[in-house]
Amino acid sequence: MLQINQLNLQLPHYRKWWRREWATCIEDVTFDVQPAEIHAVIGASGAGKSLLASTIMGLLPEGAKATGQLYFDGNLLTSEHQQRLRGHQLALIPQSLNALDPLVRSQRQVSWAARRAGNPHTVAWQLAREALSHYQLDRDAQRRYPHELSGGMARRVLTAMAHVSRANLIIADEPSVGLDPQQRNRVLAALKALALEGKAVILITHDLRHALPIADRVTIMRQGRSVETTQASAFQGQGEQLQSTYARALWHALPNNAFSTSPTRLSSKEPTLA
Amino acid sequence: MLEARQLQFGFRSNVPLLETLSLRLEHGEWLGLSGNSGAGKSTLGKLLAGLLTPQHGDVYVDNKPLTQRGLRPVQWLAQSPELAVNPRWRVGKTLREAWTPSDALIQDFGIRRDWLERLPNALSGGELQRICVLRALAPGVRYLIADEISTMLDPITQVELWQALKQHARHHQLGVLVISHDAALLERLCTRRVHLAGGVLN
Repeated sequence: MLQINQLNLQLPHYRKWWRREWATCIEDVTFDVQPAEIHAVIGASGAGKSLLASTIMGLLPEGAKATGQLYFDGNLLTSEHQQRLRGHQLALIPQSLNALDPLVRSQRQVSWAARRAGNPHTVAWQLAREALSHYQLDRDAQRRYPHELSGGMARRVLTAMAHVSRANLIIADEPSVGLDPQQRNRVLAALKALALEGKAVILITHDLRHALPIADRVTIMRQGRSVETTQASAFQGQGEQLQSTYARALWHALPNNAFSTSPTRLSSKEPTLA
Repeated sequence: MLEARQLQFGFRSNVPLLETLSLRLEHGEWLGLSGNSGAGKSTLGKLLAGLLTPQHGDVYVDNKPLTQRGLRPVQWLAQSPELAVNPRWRVGKTLREAWTPSDALIQDFGIRRDWLERLPNALSGGELQRICVLRALAPGVRYLIADEISTMLDPITQVELWQALKQHARHHQLGVLVISHDAALLERLCTRRVHLAGGVLN
Protein backbone atom coordinates (compact mmCIF):
# COMPACT_ATOMS: atom_id res chain seq x y z
CA MET A 1 0.00 0.00 0.00
CA LEU A 2 2.57 2.54 1.12
CA GLN A 3 6.28 2.09 0.94
CA ILE A 4 8.73 4.52 2.44
CA ASN A 5 12.22 4.30 1.09
CA GLN A 6 15.23 5.94 2.73
CA LEU A 7 13.34 9.05 3.68
CA ASN A 8 15.37 12.01 4.88
CA LEU A 9 13.97 15.30 6.04
CA GLN A 10 15.64 18.54 6.99
CA LEU A 11 13.88 21.56 8.38
CA PRO A 12 15.24 25.07 8.66
CA HIS A 13 15.27 26.80 11.98
CA TYR A 14 16.31 30.28 12.81
CA ARG A 15 18.73 31.28 15.46
CA LYS A 16 18.71 35.04 16.06
CA TRP A 17 16.17 36.09 13.40
CA TRP A 18 18.17 35.53 10.25
CA ARG A 19 20.77 32.84 10.80
CA ARG A 20 19.27 29.80 9.20
CA GLU A 21 20.41 26.35 10.23
CA TRP A 22 19.23 22.96 9.10
CA ALA A 23 18.04 20.39 11.54
CA THR A 24 17.89 16.81 10.36
CA CYS A 25 14.55 15.56 11.61
CA ILE A 26 14.16 12.27 9.76
CA GLU A 27 17.08 10.21 8.62
CA ASP A 28 17.02 7.09 6.52
CA VAL A 29 13.56 5.83 7.44
CA THR A 30 12.38 2.79 5.51
CA PHE A 31 9.26 0.76 6.11
CA ASP A 32 6.05 -0.26 4.41
CA VAL A 33 2.39 -0.61 5.29
CA GLN A 34 0.13 -3.29 3.89
CA PRO A 35 -3.65 -3.21 3.45
CA ALA A 36 -5.61 -4.43 6.49
CA GLU A 37 -2.63 -3.77 8.70
CA ILE A 38 -2.11 -1.49 11.64
CA HIS A 39 1.46 -0.37 11.58
CA ALA A 40 2.41 1.38 14.79
CA VAL A 41 5.16 3.98 14.69
CA ILE A 42 6.47 4.38 18.20
CA GLY A 43 8.99 6.85 19.50
CA ALA A 44 9.78 9.41 22.14
CA SER A 45 8.73 13.00 21.72
CA GLY A 46 10.95 14.64 19.15
CA ALA A 47 11.63 11.38 17.32
CA GLY A 48 10.09 12.74 14.12
CA LYS A 49 6.87 10.74 14.22
CA SER A 50 4.50 13.57 13.43
CA LEU A 51 6.83 14.93 10.75
CA LEU A 52 6.69 11.51 9.15
CA ALA A 53 2.91 11.86 8.96
CA SER A 54 3.24 15.34 7.45
CA THR A 55 5.71 14.03 4.90
CA ILE A 56 3.38 11.26 3.79
CA MET A 57 0.47 13.66 3.54
CA GLY A 58 2.57 16.32 1.81
CA LEU A 59 1.86 18.85 4.52
CA LEU A 60 5.41 19.87 5.34
CA PRO A 61 6.12 23.49 6.13
CA GLU A 62 7.65 25.58 3.39
CA GLY A 63 11.38 25.29 3.03
CA ALA A 64 11.60 21.68 4.18
CA LYS A 65 14.07 19.51 2.33
CA ALA A 66 12.93 15.93 1.89
CA THR A 67 14.77 13.23 -0.04
CA GLY A 68 13.99 9.57 -0.57
CA GLN A 69 10.96 7.97 -2.17
CA LEU A 70 7.41 7.29 -1.15
CA TYR A 71 5.44 4.75 -3.15
CA PHE A 72 1.67 4.57 -2.88
CA ASP A 73 0.06 1.54 -4.57
CA GLY A 74 3.28 1.09 -6.50
CA ASN A 75 3.39 4.63 -7.86
CA LEU A 76 5.87 7.25 -6.83
CA LEU A 77 4.12 9.73 -4.57
CA THR A 78 4.93 13.24 -5.75
CA SER A 79 3.61 16.43 -4.22
CA GLU A 80 1.02 16.76 -7.03
CA HIS A 81 -0.14 13.24 -6.28
CA GLN A 82 -0.32 13.95 -2.61
CA GLN A 83 -2.44 17.00 -3.22
CA ARG A 84 -4.82 15.00 -5.40
CA LEU A 85 -4.99 11.96 -3.14
CA ARG A 86 -5.42 13.87 0.11
CA GLY A 87 -8.93 13.34 1.37
CA HIS A 88 -9.57 10.55 -1.14
CA GLN A 89 -6.85 7.99 -0.69
CA LEU A 90 -4.81 9.49 2.11
CA ALA A 91 -6.43 10.59 5.32
CA LEU A 92 -4.87 12.05 8.42
CA ILE A 93 -6.41 12.00 11.87
CA PRO A 94 -4.51 14.91 13.32
CA GLN A 95 -3.05 15.04 16.78
CA SER A 96 -4.50 18.38 17.72
CA LEU A 97 -8.20 18.74 18.34
CA ASN A 98 -7.75 22.30 17.10
CA ALA A 99 -7.97 20.79 13.63
CA LEU A 100 -11.75 20.99 13.98
CA ASP A 101 -13.36 24.23 12.88
CA PRO A 102 -14.67 25.74 16.13
CA LEU A 103 -17.56 27.51 14.41
CA VAL A 104 -19.04 24.51 12.62
CA ARG A 105 -21.21 21.74 14.04
CA SER A 106 -19.70 18.29 13.89
CA GLN A 107 -22.03 16.81 11.30
CA ARG A 108 -21.34 19.64 8.86
CA GLN A 109 -17.59 19.21 9.26
CA VAL A 110 -17.80 15.52 8.54
CA SER A 111 -20.02 16.18 5.53
CA TRP A 112 -17.32 18.48 4.17
CA ALA A 113 -14.90 15.58 4.35
CA ALA A 114 -17.43 13.42 2.49
CA ARG A 115 -17.80 16.05 -0.22
CA ARG A 116 -14.06 16.31 -0.62
CA ALA A 117 -14.15 12.58 -1.31
CA GLY A 118 -16.43 13.32 -4.29
CA ASN A 119 -19.93 12.79 -2.90
CA PRO A 120 -22.74 15.15 -3.88
CA HIS A 121 -24.06 17.43 -1.20
CA THR A 122 -27.11 15.47 -0.06
CA VAL A 123 -25.30 12.15 -0.02
CA ALA A 124 -22.44 13.70 1.93
CA TRP A 125 -24.85 14.95 4.58
CA GLN A 126 -26.32 11.47 4.94
CA LEU A 127 -22.90 9.81 4.98
CA ALA A 128 -21.74 12.16 7.71
CA ARG A 129 -24.68 11.20 9.87
CA GLU A 130 -24.06 7.51 9.34
CA ALA A 131 -20.36 7.82 10.05
CA LEU A 132 -20.96 9.73 13.27
CA SER A 133 -23.55 7.21 14.40
CA HIS A 134 -21.07 4.49 13.56
CA TYR A 135 -18.69 6.05 16.09
CA GLN A 136 -21.40 6.20 18.75
CA LEU A 137 -22.04 9.92 18.40
CA ASP A 138 -25.77 10.45 18.73
CA ARG A 139 -27.98 13.11 17.10
CA ASP A 140 -27.29 15.45 19.96
CA ALA A 141 -23.52 15.16 19.55
CA GLN A 142 -23.84 15.59 15.79
CA ARG A 143 -25.35 19.02 16.35
CA ARG A 144 -22.74 20.16 18.82
CA TYR A 145 -19.85 22.53 18.26
CA PRO A 146 -16.33 21.24 18.89
CA HIS A 147 -15.98 22.99 22.27
CA GLU A 148 -19.10 21.18 23.47
CA LEU A 149 -17.55 17.79 22.79
CA SER A 150 -15.30 15.86 25.15
CA GLY A 151 -11.80 14.97 24.01
CA GLY A 152 -12.80 11.44 23.13
CA MET A 153 -15.86 12.57 21.20
CA ALA A 154 -13.85 15.13 19.23
CA ARG A 155 -11.32 12.45 18.41
CA ARG A 156 -14.13 10.24 17.12
CA VAL A 157 -15.40 13.10 14.97
CA LEU A 158 -11.93 13.30 13.42
CA THR A 159 -11.93 9.53 12.95
CA ALA A 160 -15.36 9.76 11.31
CA MET A 161 -13.92 12.30 8.86
CA ALA A 162 -11.20 9.85 7.89
CA HIS A 163 -13.86 7.14 7.63
CA VAL A 164 -16.15 8.99 5.21
CA SER A 165 -13.23 9.90 2.97
CA ARG A 166 -13.01 6.18 2.11
CA ALA A 167 -9.25 6.58 2.13
CA ASN A 168 -7.21 3.43 1.89
CA LEU A 169 -4.39 4.77 3.97
CA ILE A 170 -5.22 6.35 7.30
CA ILE A 171 -2.63 7.99 9.48
CA ALA A 172 -3.65 8.46 13.09
CA ASP A 173 -1.35 10.83 14.93
CA GLU A 174 -1.42 10.24 18.71
CA PRO A 175 -5.13 9.36 18.70
CA SER A 176 -5.24 8.25 22.31
CA VAL A 177 -3.38 11.03 24.08
CA GLY A 178 -5.31 12.78 26.83
CA LEU A 179 -8.18 10.31 26.88
CA ASP A 180 -9.31 8.23 29.80
CA PRO A 181 -9.01 4.44 29.43
CA GLN A 182 -12.57 3.91 28.28
CA GLN A 183 -12.44 6.62 25.61
CA ARG A 184 -8.99 5.47 24.53
CA ASN A 185 -10.17 1.92 24.02
CA ARG A 186 -13.09 3.16 21.95
CA VAL A 187 -10.83 5.22 19.68
CA LEU A 188 -8.32 2.39 19.29
CA ALA A 189 -11.13 -0.07 18.58
CA ALA A 190 -12.35 2.29 15.85
CA LEU A 191 -8.90 2.16 14.24
CA LYS A 192 -8.83 -1.61 14.49
CA ALA A 193 -12.21 -1.74 12.76
CA LEU A 194 -10.83 0.37 9.91
CA ALA A 195 -7.96 -2.06 9.47
CA LEU A 196 -10.38 -5.00 9.47
CA GLU A 197 -12.22 -3.29 6.61
CA GLY A 198 -9.00 -3.61 4.63
CA LYS A 199 -7.52 -0.17 5.11
CA ALA A 200 -3.90 0.41 5.91
CA VAL A 201 -3.51 2.27 9.19
CA ILE A 202 -0.40 4.00 10.47
CA LEU A 203 -0.75 4.51 14.19
CA ILE A 204 1.67 7.14 15.44
CA THR A 205 2.04 7.13 19.20
CA HIS A 206 4.44 7.15 22.12
CA ASP A 207 2.15 4.85 24.04
CA LEU A 208 3.74 1.49 23.36
CA ARG A 209 1.61 -0.42 25.81
CA HIS A 210 -1.74 0.46 24.33
CA ALA A 211 -0.61 0.30 20.73
CA LEU A 212 0.65 -3.27 21.03
CA PRO A 213 -2.69 -5.08 21.42
CA ILE A 214 -4.09 -3.65 18.17
CA ALA A 215 -0.93 -3.31 16.08
CA ASP A 216 0.29 -5.92 13.62
CA ARG A 217 3.75 -4.54 13.11
CA VAL A 218 5.71 -1.94 15.00
CA THR A 219 8.39 0.47 13.84
CA ILE A 220 10.41 2.02 16.60
CA MET A 221 11.76 5.48 15.84
CA ARG A 222 14.41 7.30 17.71
CA GLN A 223 15.89 10.69 16.97
CA GLY A 224 14.61 10.62 13.43
CA ARG A 225 15.82 7.15 12.57
CA SER A 226 13.85 3.94 12.40
CA VAL A 227 15.53 1.68 14.89
CA GLU A 228 13.61 -1.50 14.27
CA THR A 229 10.57 -2.85 12.49
CA THR A 230 9.15 -5.96 14.03
CA GLN A 231 5.99 -7.95 14.60
CA ALA A 232 4.00 -6.64 17.55
CA SER A 233 4.15 -10.12 19.05
CA ALA A 234 7.91 -9.72 19.57
CA PHE A 235 7.14 -7.52 22.56
CA GLN A 236 6.73 -10.18 25.19
CA GLY A 237 8.56 -11.76 28.08
CA GLN A 238 11.97 -10.19 28.55
CA GLY A 239 11.97 -8.90 24.99
CA GLU A 240 14.36 -11.56 23.75
CA GLN A 241 12.90 -11.36 20.24
CA LEU A 242 13.69 -7.67 19.92
CA GLN A 243 16.75 -6.81 17.89
CA SER A 244 17.70 -3.38 19.16
CA THR A 245 18.66 -2.37 22.66
CA TYR A 246 16.43 0.69 22.39
CA ALA A 247 13.32 -1.37 21.66
CA ARG A 248 14.21 -3.62 24.55
CA ALA A 249 14.74 -0.61 26.82
CA LEU A 250 11.31 0.76 25.86
CA TRP A 251 9.76 -2.57 26.69
CA HIS A 252 11.56 -2.77 30.01
CA ALA A 253 10.56 0.75 30.98
CA LEU A 254 6.84 -0.04 31.06
CA PRO A 255 5.36 0.02 34.55
CA ASN A 256 4.05 -3.54 34.11
CA ASN A 257 7.58 -4.73 33.34
CA ALA A 258 10.76 -3.64 35.07
CA PHE A 259 9.97 0.12 35.17
CA SER A 260 13.69 0.79 34.83
CA THR A 261 15.96 2.32 32.25
CA SER A 262 18.44 -0.54 32.32
CA PRO A 263 20.06 -2.18 30.38
CA THR A 264 21.06 1.07 28.71
CA ARG A 265 20.58 4.54 30.07
CA LEU A 266 19.41 6.76 27.30
CA SER A 267 18.24 10.17 26.13
CA SER A 268 19.96 12.46 28.63
CA LYS A 269 23.44 11.25 27.75
CA GLU A 270 23.07 11.41 24.02
CA PRO A 271 22.44 14.58 22.08
CA THR A 272 18.89 15.01 20.92
CA LEU A 273 17.81 16.77 17.78
CA ALA A 274 17.52 20.49 17.72
CA MET B 1 1.45 16.51 56.88
CA LEU B 2 -0.91 17.77 54.18
CA GLU B 3 -4.42 17.29 55.39
CA ALA B 4 -7.81 17.89 53.83
CA ARG B 5 -10.51 18.09 56.47
CA GLN B 6 -14.11 17.52 55.48
CA LEU B 7 -13.76 19.11 52.06
CA GLN B 8 -16.87 19.82 50.12
CA PHE B 9 -16.81 21.25 46.65
CA GLY B 10 -19.08 21.60 43.65
CA PHE B 11 -18.82 23.72 40.56
CA ARG B 12 -22.51 24.39 40.84
CA SER B 13 -23.33 24.85 44.50
CA ASN B 14 -26.27 22.44 44.56
CA VAL B 15 -24.36 19.59 42.88
CA PRO B 16 -21.44 18.60 45.09
CA LEU B 17 -18.59 16.93 43.22
CA LEU B 18 -16.73 16.08 46.40
CA GLU B 19 -18.59 15.35 49.62
CA THR B 20 -17.06 15.74 53.07
CA LEU B 21 -13.80 14.33 51.91
CA SER B 22 -10.79 13.88 54.15
CA LEU B 23 -7.30 12.97 53.08
CA ARG B 24 -3.86 12.89 54.68
CA LEU B 25 -0.51 12.94 52.98
CA GLU B 26 2.56 12.52 55.18
CA HIS B 27 6.05 13.90 54.58
CA GLY B 28 7.92 11.66 52.19
CA GLU B 29 4.82 9.65 51.36
CA TRP B 30 3.79 8.70 47.83
CA LEU B 31 0.04 8.48 47.60
CA GLY B 32 -1.72 7.33 44.44
CA LEU B 33 -5.11 8.73 43.44
CA SER B 34 -7.13 6.97 40.78
CA GLY B 35 -10.67 7.40 39.49
CA ASN B 36 -12.64 7.64 36.28
CA SER B 37 -12.55 10.80 34.24
CA GLY B 38 -14.94 13.33 35.69
CA ALA B 39 -14.70 11.82 39.16
CA GLY B 40 -13.02 14.97 40.46
CA LYS B 41 -9.40 13.83 40.74
CA SER B 42 -7.97 17.00 39.28
CA THR B 43 -10.41 19.12 41.26
CA LEU B 44 -9.24 17.46 44.47
CA GLY B 45 -5.64 18.09 43.42
CA LYS B 46 -6.33 21.75 42.79
CA LEU B 47 -8.14 22.10 46.13
CA LEU B 48 -5.15 20.62 47.93
CA ALA B 49 -2.82 23.01 46.12
CA GLY B 50 -5.02 25.97 46.98
CA LEU B 51 -5.87 26.73 43.37
CA LEU B 52 -9.55 26.24 44.15
CA THR B 53 -11.31 27.13 47.37
CA PRO B 54 -13.57 24.52 48.95
CA GLN B 55 -17.12 25.47 49.84
CA HIS B 56 -16.76 23.71 53.17
CA GLY B 57 -13.79 22.33 55.00
CA ASP B 58 -10.14 23.33 54.96
CA VAL B 59 -6.74 22.25 53.77
CA TYR B 60 -3.99 22.23 56.39
CA VAL B 61 -0.28 22.13 55.73
CA ASP B 62 1.64 20.96 58.80
CA ASN B 63 -1.38 21.88 60.94
CA LYS B 64 -1.55 25.42 59.58
CA PRO B 65 -4.28 26.48 57.15
CA LEU B 66 -3.11 26.78 53.57
CA THR B 67 -2.30 30.41 52.80
CA GLN B 68 -2.80 32.12 49.50
CA ARG B 69 0.30 34.29 49.79
CA GLY B 70 3.92 33.76 48.88
CA LEU B 71 5.40 30.57 47.50
CA ARG B 72 2.90 27.81 47.87
CA PRO B 73 4.11 24.85 49.89
CA VAL B 74 1.87 22.60 47.81
CA GLN B 75 2.71 22.72 44.13
CA TRP B 76 0.39 21.49 41.42
CA LEU B 77 1.88 19.97 38.28
CA ALA B 78 -0.31 20.08 35.19
CA GLN B 79 -0.89 17.47 32.55
CA SER B 80 -0.05 19.82 29.69
CA PRO B 81 3.13 21.77 30.30
CA GLU B 82 2.44 24.00 27.29
CA LEU B 83 -0.32 25.69 29.25
CA ALA B 84 1.79 26.08 32.36
CA VAL B 85 4.49 28.34 30.93
CA ASN B 86 4.55 31.78 29.38
CA PRO B 87 4.88 31.15 25.63
CA ARG B 88 6.86 34.39 25.18
CA TRP B 89 9.47 33.68 27.82
CA ARG B 90 12.52 31.58 27.21
CA VAL B 91 12.13 28.57 29.47
CA GLY B 92 15.25 29.51 31.46
CA LYS B 93 13.46 32.65 32.59
CA THR B 94 10.38 30.63 33.45
CA LEU B 95 12.48 28.30 35.56
CA ARG B 96 14.43 31.05 37.29
CA GLU B 97 11.24 32.90 38.14
CA ALA B 98 10.65 30.19 40.73
CA TRP B 99 14.19 29.38 41.76
CA THR B 100 17.67 28.64 40.45
CA PRO B 101 18.33 24.92 40.62
CA SER B 102 21.86 23.56 40.78
CA ASP B 103 23.53 22.22 37.66
CA ALA B 104 23.56 18.74 39.15
CA LEU B 105 19.81 18.79 39.63
CA ILE B 106 19.26 20.11 36.11
CA GLN B 107 21.30 17.20 34.87
CA ASP B 108 19.41 14.71 37.04
CA PHE B 109 16.23 15.70 35.25
CA GLY B 110 17.87 15.17 31.88
CA ILE B 111 17.58 18.84 30.96
CA ARG B 112 20.17 20.16 28.52
CA ARG B 113 21.51 23.64 29.15
CA ASP B 114 20.69 24.90 25.67
CA TRP B 115 16.99 24.12 26.21
CA LEU B 116 16.91 26.97 28.69
CA GLU B 117 17.65 29.45 25.91
CA ARG B 118 14.69 28.30 23.85
CA LEU B 119 11.08 29.35 23.70
CA PRO B 120 8.49 26.79 24.82
CA ASN B 121 7.36 26.10 21.26
CA ALA B 122 10.87 24.87 20.40
CA LEU B 123 10.71 22.14 23.04
CA SER B 124 8.77 18.93 22.95
CA GLY B 125 6.10 18.14 25.53
CA GLY B 126 8.40 15.79 27.41
CA GLU B 127 11.24 18.29 27.52
CA LEU B 128 8.95 21.04 28.72
CA GLN B 129 7.37 18.78 31.32
CA ARG B 130 10.78 18.17 32.90
CA ILE B 131 11.31 21.94 33.16
CA CYS B 132 7.90 22.33 34.79
CA VAL B 133 8.58 19.57 37.30
CA LEU B 134 11.95 21.06 38.18
CA ARG B 135 10.39 24.50 38.55
CA ALA B 136 7.99 23.13 41.17
CA LEU B 137 10.83 21.80 43.34
CA ALA B 138 11.81 25.20 44.76
CA PRO B 139 13.02 25.17 48.37
CA GLY B 140 10.03 25.63 50.63
CA VAL B 141 7.82 23.34 48.59
CA ARG B 142 6.72 20.48 50.83
CA TYR B 143 4.15 18.64 48.72
CA LEU B 144 3.61 17.96 45.05
CA ILE B 145 0.38 17.17 43.27
CA ALA B 146 1.37 15.35 40.10
CA ASP B 147 -1.74 15.38 37.93
CA GLU B 148 -1.18 12.93 35.05
CA ILE B 149 2.23 14.46 34.43
CA SER B 150 3.64 11.53 32.49
CA THR B 151 0.81 10.54 30.14
CA MET B 152 2.31 12.35 27.16
CA LEU B 153 5.77 10.87 27.67
CA ASP B 154 7.27 7.77 26.14
CA PRO B 155 8.07 4.93 28.55
CA ILE B 156 11.77 5.68 28.92
CA THR B 157 11.31 9.39 29.53
CA GLN B 158 8.60 8.49 32.03
CA VAL B 159 10.92 6.29 33.99
CA GLU B 160 13.66 8.90 33.97
CA LEU B 161 11.32 11.63 35.14
CA TRP B 162 9.88 9.54 37.95
CA GLN B 163 13.28 8.33 39.06
CA ALA B 164 14.66 11.86 39.23
CA LEU B 165 11.59 12.99 41.12
CA LYS B 166 11.70 10.03 43.46
CA GLN B 167 15.32 10.72 44.32
CA HIS B 168 14.68 14.39 44.98
CA ALA B 169 11.55 13.67 47.00
CA ARG B 170 13.37 11.15 49.16
CA HIS B 171 16.19 13.59 49.81
CA HIS B 172 13.87 16.43 50.78
CA GLN B 173 11.08 14.35 52.33
CA LEU B 174 8.48 15.68 49.90
CA GLY B 175 5.01 14.22 49.99
CA VAL B 176 3.72 13.42 46.53
CA LEU B 177 0.16 12.82 45.40
CA VAL B 178 0.22 11.01 42.06
CA ILE B 179 -3.00 11.31 40.06
CA SER B 180 -3.21 8.81 37.23
CA HIS B 181 -5.45 6.46 35.31
CA ASP B 182 -2.58 4.06 35.06
CA ALA B 183 -2.97 1.42 37.75
CA ALA B 184 0.38 -0.16 36.93
CA LEU B 185 2.17 3.16 37.34
CA LEU B 186 0.55 3.84 40.71
CA GLU B 187 1.41 0.33 41.79
CA ARG B 188 5.06 1.03 41.01
CA LEU B 189 5.33 4.47 42.54
CA CYS B 190 3.08 4.65 45.53
CA THR B 191 3.04 3.09 48.95
CA ARG B 192 -0.63 3.81 49.45
CA ARG B 193 -3.47 4.16 46.96
CA VAL B 194 -6.94 5.67 47.13
CA HIS B 195 -9.75 5.59 44.61
CA LEU B 196 -12.12 8.49 44.07
CA ALA B 197 -15.64 7.60 42.99
CA GLY B 198 -18.94 9.38 43.50
CA GLY B 199 -17.29 12.17 45.47
CA VAL B 200 -15.84 9.92 48.16
CA LEU B 201 -12.50 8.21 48.65
CA ASN B 202 -12.00 4.55 49.36
